[in-house]
Amino acid sequence: MGTRIFGEPVERREDARLLTGRGRYLDDLGRDALAAAFVRSPHAHARIADIDVSGALDVDGLVAVYTWEDLPGRVGEPLPLLIPHPALTHGRTGYPLARDVVRHVGEPIAMVVARDRYLAEDAAERIRVEYEPLPPVVGIEAATRAEHLVHDDVPGNVGAVLVQETGDAAAAIDAAPHVLEFSLAIERSASMPLEGRGVYARWDADDGSLRVYSSTQASTSVRAAIAARLGLPNGKVEVVAPDVGGGFGVKIVHPWPEEVLVPWAARLLDRELKWTEDRREHFVSAAHERGQLQDVRVGFDDAGRVLGLDVTIRHDHGAYTPYGIIIPIVTSTQLLGPYKIGAYRAEVTSLYTNTLIVTPYRGAGRPQGVFCMERTMDRVARHLGLDRADVRAANLIQPDEFPYDQGLIFQDGRPLIYDSGDYPELLRKARELIGWDGFDAERAAAAGRGRRLGIGLGVYVEGTGVGPYEGGHVEIDTAGRVHVSTGLTSQGQGHETVFAQIAASELGVPIGDVHVTTGDTRRFGYAVGTFASRAAVMSGNAIALACRKVRGKALRIAGEALEADPRDLEITGGVVHVRGDPSACVPLRTVAVLSNPLRYAFDEEAAAATQFAAARPVTEPPVAAGDEPGLEGRDYYSPVRSTFAAGAHAAIVEVDPDTAEIAILRYAVVHDCGRLINPMVVEGQIHGGVAQGIGGALYERMVYDESGQLLNASFMDFLMPYATEIPRIETGHLETPSPLNPLGIKGAGEAGVIPVSAVIASAVEDAEGVRVDAMPLSPDGLYELRERAAHDPSLRVREGARSL
Amino acid sequence: MKPPPFGYRAPATVTEALDALAAEPSGKVLAGGQSLIPLLNMRLAAPAELVDINRVAELDTLHVRDEGVRAGALARLARVERSAEAAAVQPLLGQALRHVAHPVIRNRGTVVGSLAHADPAAELPAVLAVLGGTVEAASARGRRTIRAAEFFRGPMEPALEPGELAVSAFFPASPPRTGTAFTETARRHGDYALAGVAAVVTLDEDLRVSAARAGYLGIAATPLVLDLTGAAGPHGDWRAAAAHVRERIDPETDIHAGAGYRRHLTGVLTERAFKSAAAEALRRAGE
Repeated sequence: MGTRIFGEPVERREDARLLTGRGRYLDDLGRDALAAAFVRSPHAHARIADIDVSGALDVDGLVAVYTWEDLPGRVGEPLPLLIPHPALTHGRTGYPLARDVVRHVGEPIAMVVARDRYLAEDAAERIRVEYEPLPPVVGIEAATRAEHLVHDDVPGNVGAVLVQETGDAAAAIDAAPHVLEFSLAIERSASMPLEGRGVYARWDADDGSLRVYSSTQASTSVRAAIAARLGLPNGKVEVVAPDVGGGFGVKIVHPWPEEVLVPWAARLLDRELKWTEDRREHFVSAAHERGQLQDVRVGFDDAGRVLGLDVTIRHDHGAYTPYGIIIPIVTSTQLLGPYKIGAYRAEVTSLYTNTLIVTPYRGAGRPQGVFCMERTMDRVARHLGLDRADVRAANLIQPDEFPYDQGLIFQDGRPLIYDSGDYPELLRKARELIGWDGFDAERAAAAGRGRRLGIGLGVYVEGTGVGPYEGGHVEIDTAGRVHVSTGLTSQGQGHETVFAQIAASELGVPIGDVHVTTGDTRRFGYAVGTFASRAAVMSGNAIALACRKVRGKALRIAGEALEADPRDLEITGGVVHVRGDPSACVPLRTVAVLSNPLRYAFDEEAAAATQFAAARPVTEPPVAAGDEPGLEGRDYYSPVRSTFAAGAHAAIVEVDPDTAEIAILRYAVVHDCGRLINPMVVEGQIHGGVAQGIGGALYERMVYDESGQLLNASFMDFLMPYATEIPRIETGHLETPSPLNPLGIKGAGEAGVIPVSAVIASAVEDAEGVRVDAMPLSPDGLYELRERAAHDPSLRVREGARSL
Repeated sequence: MKPPPFGYRAPATVTEALDALAAEPSGKVLAGGQSLIPLLNMRLAAPAELVDINRVAELDTLHVRDEGVRAGALARLARVERSAEAAAVQPLLGQALRHVAHPVIRNRGTVVGSLAHADPAAELPAVLAVLGGTVEAASARGRRTIRAAEFFRGPMEPALEPGELAVSAFFPASPPRTGTAFTETARRHGDYALAGVAAVVTLDEDLRVSAARAGYLGIAATPLVLDLTGAAGPHGDWRAAAAHVRERIDPETDIHAGAGYRRHLTGVLTERAFKSAAAEALRRAGE
């Protein structure tokens, strides 16, 4: 590293733009475009008997109405199943517009195009759809009973049964000195980015090309999907992710029906067309996550060491499976966390219901897995009368045991092998930060004043930086500007800052000279996308590798100019100079000029590179064999497998003895994502993640009634926490570099959210002395728990009781 | 979430506003718009015409007199909340307004608009009801004063006839040796309350409780007023009053809380609010 800019808390370079209203989001584009609106199913399950659009036809400003019948060829085919898996034996996807049956409230049935969105909604309201209602399947229990089917040809509503196994869990449990069995539940929530989805397409009839802007986490893959559906070569489709107001996973799903239909209609009509999702649409037609029921059987010894763990999980994936079974895979593998479990078996049954699809939301199955494991650790500790932190410590993988093979297959299809970490130190630091060891006295003192305090903790491991690859392109221009581009997209994470830090460090240039572009297929055509805490690991390393190529070329050209050995050169402040002799130097902007032999001088700088000015041997070609003009480089990073970050969270809560309100008094995070590129950006990621985690723990749920109507599809009733609900978050860092990548980094994007439900459950249970087996927990829910525990002692936590 | 087509008028005087409402009786009055605009955008309301009274300067009033506080139809929630004069005459107003939504909403929303919206979960209807206040309504036919007890007919159902405009609301002053308190529990700061209570306690010259009235929000179809003077007794047994309230009320279950919890919570809040109000009454009696 040439400078200290890598690892420094550099201020986010995107913030001035984003915080002063100068961001350029999807709906800021295409001001004169036609608008699309959708007729969406009001039924959870129904056959479409008839669609009568005649009432809409006299709306002034109406341009077109489309139903499935209007969609030609591949445009009307079912949406792709993006991630097939052998266990997903009954994968099903919906049509861009419903063909004959709707399977969730919000499924699109007709697309209306009009002069503006007001008129499009007026027309949509007048389209009459005749439905023959079918019995809806709502909730995991109903799906399991399978009295009715979501898809006629999917018996038992079972889309997939995934088994992950290492050792003989049943035998290990049977042989264990202690055995516990219990059930856990996590409700549905959703990503809820502030900006919803949106697509804006313009067709260039003369060029036969399409430009699409989409609020997406995967612009290159959106391009591939659109090109395939519309029968266009990739080279005739450009997809740009402009500023994106949050994604949190929901925008990795693609192509959304609207991402196919809007470009298709824009081409058909030869008019600019835009669809901007509203909040109500987002609630019922984007995606949800989290909902699972878990049955746990655990066997352990007197020290609390888990000898065998058998988990049966029922996962609600909604009406379709466009994103495969990534969430079940992640839950069933990441459930093991930082622990050495003697023998393990997880069986996940992924079930269809007549509700919105379930696809990854920040954490992507980990919060459920960690909830399961951490609730288990607390159960074991309470059963044995041991300290909850000590029981965790007894099960941790030790620092000298890396790489540690958990014996399972992870979401990238590669072995679940942890690359590095120091889990005992994480736990020790978290205990210290929250004051774990002195808390008994604090709790007792508070109780003396009539206050109920409790403490909880949770430890987790997060597989980050999954492949297959990302690339980076770096070009230094003749003004000395460094243009960095990568194909994956940004949703506010701070990529413009951290990628610039990497480039500035690698190249030895001022960070102000670095300009970063992401998610634009015009600049970089090959990419996977932003998800799974992978951007920094994947594109960060690719950019570093590309920079190293450029640096090598710059030193070679500068060496020729300075008549020096490139090995004696270094770059600082954007100037190449001989080490120990700052006067023998050439700025990178001049190197850029020299890198591109010219016939024509368009300015003074360029004149230095023309044929009569450049001092090149006349016996050599101006561009040497194997060389290329220009000071640029491209490289890719493709890891053999994921790198594993980890963390420990702890919280102190207070519950109101009368109103059952739950307040978080303190929240502490110790986090290890390998080498830190920018500790401030990492802390920001943690803060946002914890806030979302608190939402999932105490506020957010999707309230479906028996008929499959979502009763709280607005920000008035879906309770995302405000800043007023989030405590100050205390953070500590640990840095165990990853040996898997050149920069030694691990992902940080999802970390904050992962253990929060487990931690809050642990703390509330500690405060109340009543078992907490289901999250989220509202004051109403806690009141009900108290009422039940008052009549059922088995629901009370047995403090200090030792099993016989 | 775009509204359906609607006509729009922006009168400059009350007379013009009343003419507009007379001409289009199904027209809706737009003041702060904090409830009406979301209803329009969600297409839950489709009035033929909006009569925007924001230019009617004569409605932008806040009169504080010894007998009480009168808020004109354009008096914003924030203005009343911050009025020291209003707080001196009727402290319950400010105590309740702090719980109404968020500051930016209070900057736009109006006191009279909140009353005319008649949401039983809102704070101000309960305040008007417990204080026995009134709403002044005007139409092309004339003016009338509607008592709070008659004003709230049902959820979102004020006793305003087609063509009528609520021009002001009157909140009577706090009598001597009277204390007030407002307590509510909401899921998040600024949310509609799961339950809430506006408490008013008046002491006699011997500092015994001579009147204890509570206004409740979020537990019935209209603001519920209970006289707890008897239940609390002369020495203010607020726990007994809370127990009495729990027996009297019949809250409903909704997606945020069950009926059992709401009943329990209403009792807890009753006791807390009355303890606070009684302490305040005692303090004021000593002044």
